Amino acid sequence: MNTSSGRREMSEQKQIWVFIEHTDDLIADVSLELTGKARELADQLGYEVVGLLCGYNVDALAQDVIAHGADRVLLADDPELALYRTLTYARVAITEAKKRKPEIFLIGGTPNGRDFAPRVASALRCGLTADCTELQVGDYFVKKEEKTYENLLFQIRPAFGGNLIATIVNPHTRPQMATVREGVMRKPALDAARKGVVEKIAPAFEPGDLALEVLSRQIRKSTVKLKDAPVIVAGGAGVDGAEEFALLRDLANLLGGEVGASRAAVDAGYVEKAHQVGQTGTTVRPRLYIAAGISGAIQHRAGMDQSSKIIAINTDPNAPMFQIAHYRIVGDVGEVLPMIIKTLRERSMDQRDAE
Amino acid sequence: MTDSRPIHSVVLVKQVPDTHNISGEVMTKDGTMNRGALPAIFNPEDLNALEMALEIKDRFGGTVTVITMGPPKAANILRESLFRGADKVILLTDRKFAGADTLATSYVLQCAVQKVGNFDLVLCGRQAIDGDTAQVGPQTAEKLGIPQITYAETVIDIAGGKITAERALDSGSEIVRCTLPCLLTVVNTANSPRPASVRRQMERKLAAVPSEYAAIRAQWPEFETDEALDAYLVKHDLKIPVWSAEDIGTAEGSIGLAGSPTQVHKVNFVVLESTESKTISPTPEAIAAMVAELVHEYIVG
Repeated sequence: MNTSSGRREMSEQKQIWVFIEHTDDLIADVSLELTGKARELADQLGYEVVGLLCGYNVDALAQDVIAHGADRVLLADDPELALYRTLTYARVAITEAKKRKPEIFLIGGTPNGRDFAPRVASALRCGLTADCTELQVGDYFVKKEEKTYENLLFQIRPAFGGNLIATIVNPHTRPQMATVREGVMRKPALDAARKGVVEKIAPAFEPGDLALEVLSRQIRKSTVKLKDAPVIVAGGAGVDGAEEFALLRDLANLLGGEVGASRAAVDAGYVEKAHQVGQTGTTVRPRLYIAAGISGAIQHRAGMDQSSKIIAINTDPNAPMFQIAHYRIVGDVGEVLPMIIKTLRERSMDQRDAE
Repeated sequence: MTDSRPIHSVVLVKQVPDTHNISGEVMTKDGTMNRGALPAIFNPEDLNALEMALEIKDRFGGTVTVITMGPPKAANILRESLFRGADKVILLTDRKFAGADTLATSYVLQCAVQKVGNFDLVLCGRQAIDGDTAQVGPQTAEKLGIPQITYAETVIDIAGGKITAERALDSGSEIVRCTLPCLLTVVNTANSPRPASVRRQMERKLAAVPSEYAAIRAQWPEFETDEALDAYLVKHDLKIPVWSAEDIGTAEGSIGLAGSPTQVHKVNFVVLESTESKTISPTPEAIAAMVAELVHEYIVG
């Protein structure tokens, strides 16, 4: 046992934690995606993957976490945990993290995850990197200390303004915390036969932890299915008004796809935030991505650059999107989209005639 | 009838580069960013937080104090806050704060809010557009030891030492009730921030921090010395207080770069991998040929 470092004495095996979110007895995709990523990192490092599952009557979900790659599930099952609340959930995480000293703690970049993670990081006085687009493991040399820190979590994300990619590390504090948006990591295959340990923990709340009551909660099921859409027709600042944006819907319908958007289009009010593709939206990998009037800032590209085929339409021939596009069309969205729509309609009419 | 009493709010705001309006001129030839070319603006959601605090004051009485941490030129957004209705503004500036990550920033804000004291609510925007982390609000709440209501959209009521508010979530909404004091992070759908009042602008246009005195005196030569200007500003309650690390009693090693657990290991310029690509003319014929190709490759159709 390594006794040179006091904080490591307790854990027999170093741990990577994943915050397991769930609604209506279903684990959030992002939590399973992160369980898969944690498995990958843990195999590389010889660590254990631990899912932190808080809720009420949620024992049945534990096996699902294991089936997606966890070795252990810390299960806090308590009526006070029935609905997500910052302080009760954070209390469980903070207490257990202080006891078990995980090396890494991954959290989904959901509204609740982004509420929970900073609260926990602040209490543990550790670093937290938001919206990572990649996680790796590597060594880091600190010149001032003339010391190499081995096996750190490289938290990779686009930085300031977006034409930089920064690799963030936390050499001195544990756990190394990071949030990742849904769809960035791939969901691992389910292995129902996988075995793991479910460890029940009894939360001990302090009076202040119950300062907030949830009086009502309305969750509407999102009808936007961006992540699995085979074709995405996405618009950005180069789309001239809501009327022109409607062309994107027409084209998406013709292609059996979904409408996507850059942040600029969401901010302009053309579509809801659920359609946003990119680092702070959804990460997608469709068969075809049509970027209409999207210049292609890194935050956007990070969410779509793995698309099989990319068509870029932009009046600016220097738009960065053109550099990753397979088909470059220098032209106006309002003129080009109708041409594509017309071609597709004619083709389907020809087909019908042929039949 | 509610047992309303005055509510004292502290609003945390940030001056940010206007990353949403990155234009061609901002990018240099080698693909780096010319920061100087980006205008510095009031972080948009912090304006929503200020508006929410002002509406609370309109409804329940009380005060609104605005704090920002930043370089001296961040006094601009403090003046803007005064023009819109803030009662008091404070600039936190110190070279020692430089290089702070969100944890070190939240610690400085905690110390400043505690020095202000006697607060019921702390408000800030959900996130700043230069980092989009949304971390400083919850971290500051934790450091202050108070609960947080993130993504606050509507304040329904404040009564009996509790606030009832609606939170906007991606997938819906939630109504929560929480004891005071607490911290709210405010979303951009919460309200439409009021414009600066012309009257307040007239009254407070001279509000300044000492590092701005030379510039003011260049414009208003009747102030012959810094001391004269200072005396005038103090007399008319226009001198913006500037607090240093020492003033708010921060612990050495917990602020700035040294107090930041996150370190930047490396920064890479984005190298775009050039894909095998075709340029398609925006003509019906070329478009039709492209569609035919996509159909042929089973991408569409």
